[in-house]
Amino acid sequence: MGLEEENGGSAKDVPPTEQELSAEFDTTLQKYLRGEGADLEALKDKKLKGQLAVREKLYGNSAKAAAKFEKWLMPSEGGYLEAEGIEKTWRIKQDQITREVDILSSRNQYDIVLKDLGPYTLDFTPSGRYMATAGRKGHVAIVDMKSMELIREMQVKETVRDIVFLHNETFFAVAQKKYPYIYNRDGIELHCLKEHGAVSRLQFLKNHFLLATVNKFGQLRYQDVTTGEMIGNFRTGLGRTETMQVNPFNGVIAVGHSGGTVSMWKPTSAAPLVKMLCHHGPISALAFHPNGQLMATCGREKKIKIWDLRKFEVVQTIPGHHAKTLDFSQKGLLAAGTGSYAQVLGDFSGSQNYSRYMGHSIAKGYQIGKVSFRPYEDVLVMGHSMGWSSILIPGSGEPNFDTWVANPFETSKQRREKEIHTLLDKLPPETIMLDPSKIGTVRPYKKREKPTKEEIEAEKEAAVEAVKDIALKKKTKGRNKTSKRVMKRKVLIDKAKKPFIEKEMQEAGKVAGKRKLGEETELPASLKRFVRKKAAV
Amino acid sequence: MKVKVISRSTDEFTRERSQDLQRVFRNFDPKLRPQEKAVEYVRALNAAKLEKIFARPFIGAMDGHIDAISCMAKNPNFLKGIFSGSMDGDIRLWDIASRKTVCQFPGHQGAVRGLTASTDGSTLISCGTDCTVRIWSVPVAATLESDHASNKPIEANAVYVGKNAYWAVDHQWGGDLFATTGARVEIWNHNRSQPVNTFEWGTDTVISVRFNPGEPNLLATSASDRSIALYDLRMSTPARKLIMQTRTNSIAWNPMEPLNFTAANEDCSCYSYDARKLDEAKCVHKDHVSAVMDIDYSPTGREFVTGSYDRTVRIFPYNGGHSREIYHTKRMQRVFCVKFSSDASYIISGSDDTNLRLWKAKASEQMGVLLPREQKKHEYQEAVKNRYKHLPEVKRIVRHRHLPRPIYKAKELRRSVIDAEKKKEERRKAHSTPGSIVTESVRKRRIIREVE
Repeated sequence: MGLEEENGGSAKDVPPTEQELSAEFDTTLQKYLRGEGADLEALKDKKLKGQLAVREKLYGNSAKAAAKFEKWLMPSEGGYLEAEGIEKTWRIKQDQITREVDILSSRNQYDIVLKDLGPYTLDFTPSGRYMATAGRKGHVAIVDMKSMELIREMQVKETVRDIVFLHNETFFAVAQKKYPYIYNRDGIELHCLKEHGAVSRLQFLKNHFLLATVNKFGQLRYQDVTTGEMIGNFRTGLGRTETMQVNPFNGVIAVGHSGGTVSMWKPTSAAPLVKMLCHHGPISALAFHPNGQLMATCGREKKIKIWDLRKFEVVQTIPGHHAKTLDFSQKGLLAAGTGSYAQVLGDFSGSQNYSRYMGHSIAKGYQIGKVSFRPYEDVLVMGHSMGWSSILIPGSGEPNFDTWVANPFETSKQRREKEIHTLLDKLPPETIMLDPSKIGTVRPYKKREKPTKEEIEAEKEAAVEAVKDIALKKKTKGRNKTSKRVMKRKVLIDKAKKPFIEKEMQEAGKVAGKRKLGEETELPASLKRFVRKKAAV
Repeated sequence: MKVKVISRSTDEFTRERSQDLQRVFRNFDPKLRPQEKAVEYVRALNAAKLEKIFARPFIGAMDGHIDAISCMAKNPNFLKGIFSGSMDGDIRLWDIASRKTVCQFPGHQGAVRGLTASTDGSTLISCGTDCTVRIWSVPVAATLESDHASNKPIEANAVYVGKNAYWAVDHQWGGDLFATTGARVEIWNHNRSQPVNTFEWGTDTVISVRFNPGEPNLLATSASDRSIALYDLRMSTPARKLIMQTRTNSIAWNPMEPLNFTAANEDCSCYSYDARKLDEAKCVHKDHVSAVMDIDYSPTGREFVTGSYDRTVRIFPYNGGHSREIYHTKRMQRVFCVKFSSDASYIISGSDDTNLRLWKAKASEQMGVLLPREQKKHEYQEAVKNRYKHLPEVKRIVRHRHLPRPIYKAKELRRSVIDAEKKKEERRKAHSTPGSIVTESVRKRRIIREVE
């Protein structure tokens, strides 16, 4: 085993050193550790400390075991595209790629032309096996992507604005002209959701079984599709809304408005969680990275901005793109569709710096309406005004799927069992929050401190402002003198200020009392005999 | 240009024949599982609710005695059998599975105060208030075939008459000596009609005795003068004595940590001690509202069961101050003796209403043979419930127990009395010079002194 070449063997033949192996192991270990360990030094209870120390050790062991067995459990490696020499990856065309890959994969590159029925939007099931497409003029179809089989095709004879799968491929919701409808896989209309009215966008929150809809006036509605209960009905109040996306990491809905603001909502509060001013013009597209930390937005001023959602700051601005649609892949590639050109950007340095990776232009005149990466496959599907096209983007999909999470080879029995299990694990709408890891943690103990001077001042000012807004009754018959009105206003303001002033005087009295005691001890010794100890009778 | 695209061939990912199992692929990456903590929380909530739905601890009652049951004994060699003795002198061997009497041992004229079986399970020793110690041989055939045998009376092998009433008896683990207590502690051999050895320390009656499972020559006794005494047979003198403020009714040694024992006291609590260090209790277990009459450890050593005068049976963790479970029935009156079955699955309680009752140790446990998948599912639900049991919604469900009204009221009363005393103590402390009033720790409070 220890043979060494005399001429100094090429670097390729040397096996990776132990250090490299352990560094690689550490990165995979970090993935499974799910954050930092608990700080046990701050605990005073010895019993609890001991129990938690044992638990932390167990977590470490299970993370190590998962990292160690990764290479056997996950044999597939992802796709890649490497340019050689002076070649650039973004100049490589699809037919060059299809020539190099195997037949099965080359079948994933195609264009489907349907001229009459309007721009097509599409949606995938979480396993990537089934696709629902809808043309603006009412053409709705469910396609099995593995066998390219048309499962169901129908014409709803109305304008269709959006289509989305519910938890399965057996149910899908279509946003039609007047109301959204829910259909069965066989095309049978199951529900007509009248309370929603005419909606422009639909999104489904998988873990919570909530269907979220937004119409062009900015009214956001949440409905639980298992019980049919309307959970939330909010007026965003920020103007015309064109885009809506759900953040898969925490279930928060982000809505993009025409004023350039993006607001984030959860079903249990009437006020948005976050309001961000992202662009100078209306937001034309929104997309979330699957890890929940990055958000890409595109505005009409032809800039794509990448935001860090922990700090709500811009990480990168990519000029020159007026994207009508954005989508992140499972591996973090960003696809932007503009006119008849789709651009795929990738972050290869790991520092959230997106650069050109690949591009594809479909036939001139076809306008791309929606781009969507297919889960667990290296495929990007674009819905455009004349049908849809599918292209190969190596390295975009997650190569190893988990059967219990999303299985592209699901049998009907497995599908039924999964449906039951996900229904049992259905999350209540209260679990939607910006940071989902807060569930199960303990709120830090806050000692009630006295409000600072500034806080008291602020409260006082707020009270005074509130009083100033009160409209006084207009009196008639000569009783409406200006001087009297002014006096009345003054009295109201003094009344509002009174409790604060009283508190201040109490505090001053206490301090004065303390000072009094101190003063007695400060008298010089010769004068002490004159200090009155008792009241004179 | 080098290019590779994900391509999955259907053959690799689906099964070949319909007889094969489906192929399962795993990827444990947390990225694929968003909101996993929320899902775990929902599962914990559902697990807590399911546990309450399936909590049916009472299995059945064994009736046959015509007077209150005063003592019970486990047969170390035979899992299904238990001996019980009542206040009218009736001793019976029960088959727990069918809940029927296998055979009776008549002979005692007064109450049977103590029962114990030898380590090989062939001999039963009983003692009573009629000043006799009787030795019986347990019929092996009867223990094996329990269907047709019923109420067969058996004659005693030997009857030893003493001077005073006997209060308790216990057999040495692995040896052939047994100890009886009454006016004094006496060590006997099976064959001799007079005690081999006698210990006397103080003038009060000794009311209970227990041999140490790990150290066969060590035994602990409790007496009416509120003391717990440890004796060593090799030294032929008593070793140590601990005097408390109230009397100890029963003692049990922890079978897995034989240096520790727990004493069931008249002041409604149980005190766990380390036998080497008797000046401080290791743990005080407080939840009963009336005197604790009997205590027995589970063979796992991780929990013990207590029966109390307040008509309830409670299960405590060995190191926890409060009970994890309480069992009560309208028909069960004062509980005088409890035993944990040798497979740690059942609890048998003998009470004033002449019945022995059989309970499950874990109220929602599914008895019988479980499939490995069922077993894994139960373990998972237990683990996920324990991970989130501190959160308010889950805690409310896990902690909830229905208490009978008298116990609930008594508990409230005790709570208010303790709170009032505590408040008074705090105020006294606050109004006196710091350091002049010293509060004793709970573990030391009830101990008066230790005597060599």
